[in-house]
Amino acid sequence: MGRGFVPQVLLVPAVVGIAFLVVPLTALVGRVDMTTLWADITSPVAVSALGLSLGTAALATLVCLVLGVPLALLLARSGSRLAGILRAVVTVPLVLPPMVGGVALLFLLGRNGWLGQLLEGVGVRIPFTTTAVVIAQSFVALPFLVLAVEGALRATGTEYERAAAALGAGRWRILWRITLPLAGPGLLAGLVLCFARAIGEFGATALFAGNAPGVTQTMPLAIYTAFNGAGVSQGTAVALSLLLLVTSLAVLLLVRGWRPASTVAR
Amino acid sequence: MAPGEYGGAMSAPALDARVVVRRDGFVLDAAISAAAGEIVALMGPSGAGKSSMLAVISGLLRASEGHVSVGGETVSSPAVQLSPQRRGVVLLGQDPHLFPHLSARDNVAFGMRVSADGGRAAARVERRARAERWLERVGLSGRGHRRPAELSGGQQQRVALARALATEPRVLLLDEPFTALDPATRGDIRAMLAARLPAAGVTTVMVTHDIVDAAALAARLIVLEHGRVTQEGPVRDVLAAPASDFVATLAGVNRVPGRIEAGVWCAGGLRLPAAGIADGDAVALIPLSAVDVVLVSDAAASGAVASWTAPVVRLEATAAGARLRTADPDIVCDVPIAAIAGGGLAEGDTVRLRVDPSDVRLVVAGYNGASSPRR
Repeated sequence: MGRGFVPQVLLVPAVVGIAFLVVPLTALVGRVDMTTLWADITSPVAVSALGLSLGTAALATLVCLVLGVPLALLLARSGSRLAGILRAVVTVPLVLPPMVGGVALLFLLGRNGWLGQLLEGVGVRIPFTTTAVVIAQSFVALPFLVLAVEGALRATGTEYERAAAALGAGRWRILWRITLPLAGPGLLAGLVLCFARAIGEFGATALFAGNAPGVTQTMPLAIYTAFNGAGVSQGTAVALSLLLLVTSLAVLLLVRGWRPASTVAR
Repeated sequence: MAPGEYGGAMSAPALDARVVVRRDGFVLDAAISAAAGEIVALMGPSGAGKSSMLAVISGLLRASEGHVSVGGETVSSPAVQLSPQRRGVVLLGQDPHLFPHLSARDNVAFGMRVSADGGRAAARVERRARAERWLERVGLSGRGHRRPAELSGGQQQRVALARALATEPRVLLLDEPFTALDPATRGDIRAMLAARLPAAGVTTVMVTHDIVDAAALAARLIVLEHGRVTQEGPVRDVLAAPASDFVATLAGVNRVPGRIEAGVWCAGGLRLPAAGIADGDAVALIPLSAVDVVLVSDAAASGAVASWTAPVVRLEATAAGARLRTADPDIVCDVPIAAIAGGGLAEGDTVRLRVDPSDVRLVVAGYNGASSPRR
């Protein structure tokens, strides 16, 4: 460890950067109306939006875990050309405005979309349901998990897997005992990013899932609705924002604090 | 653990491989075999194909042709390619590749086969106990809880060896496991291997660059050069009759090609009596230690000693003095530090060399095996 040899002047923009991130949030907290805070955050709209947000974000993170880890393995173990193509594909939702993602999902799964028509035939409708929220969140959050896990897998390389194979371990045992634990820190970082992106998701959800309270109205949508008036005071929006902020911080701290013993090393 | 625990006919060689690998113009075409429990050293210059050989035997590389059989079972052939997991062959290289997230004990326990008759908990207890015993055997008792990063390089190599032996491999492959270690640690590990390998009775093929490793551990030496086996046999026999310059260098012997005519062997300025040997090409094997450098010009060498003058083409400082390479014929010898203390020796100088013919062996060309020492 040590401080290395970085120009000291860089401390200035670093402090400005931190201020840039923290000061707006203090401004937000400063606007909180203490007299109505408790009523605002315990209102049925807030409670149901928070519950929906946590539930859908957790589900979306799970979906990303199940799909993303194998995808990250594929990326990390492909030749450089294929990996390059795959990585570009994975990165698209990252650079796309989330709204566009929502439109795309609607065109695929909407009533007139080709997959939507198929599903309609068997009586399944996805747009404007809670499922649509999870799909929209997974769509925008998956790249975060994939790229974080792929980086960790590449950094570890395949030498340990070879050593394990030579010792007689099968492929599944190598995956569980060697590959995933060694990618543990990257996986954890990926999960945190993935969850954070899912809980903050707005654009794709708004277009693909709508804004139905209790069904698709997650916290960001509830905040937007409250802020836009709609008969509710701005105080509600501020209170809801604060609630989302505190909840996100709590989840972050919880995940950071929980470290399986096997991932502490390295 | 008893030798031959894996069953398999004891009469079949524990390892039998003929390997052909063609890659970028390089051709490896070599056969090696080892009896059960035998330790075979595989030596050769860099790029001779030693690591490719081990990679094919361990299943990490597929051969272009040939076969590998372990304990009588074919594990590699044009039709069969058993995965590395199922061969019972463990490769231990220069980097121990200990799993960094597991303790030394868990590393050792990783590849163990434990019967699950008593349930998972019993299996875990058994693994732990056996891992501890293995750590004890490699001299690391009480350090089982440490992570690899908390162990020295030599200790990591010990754990890696315990981990390899704990799987009860049918064949153990060692690929220069000492190279990254300092000389003292290397000696410790070598001594530990000399005790552990025979005790485990595991058939071992060891690639090394150090003849000391081969002499200390192996019964047999196989020399691989340019992808071919150029010489093999008991270590001392191979060293006593080097068939190539590579082996001659290992053995500390000059291998000088020359010609016998009328009972005298001749190469450049060097003449040696060769009475009773038919005329023709012959190689003289002259130990480095048998060559004396005469710095003072005392031409009055006794008649029994062959003496000649030669230019110094290379001069290298060694721990004990200097190593000279002279031309015509190409001979290498050592000079003690006392002899060159005045600094009066440089490349380009002419020195007088002498050798007692009784230290020299003449080997008739085309005959690589044991030669009749001349006398």
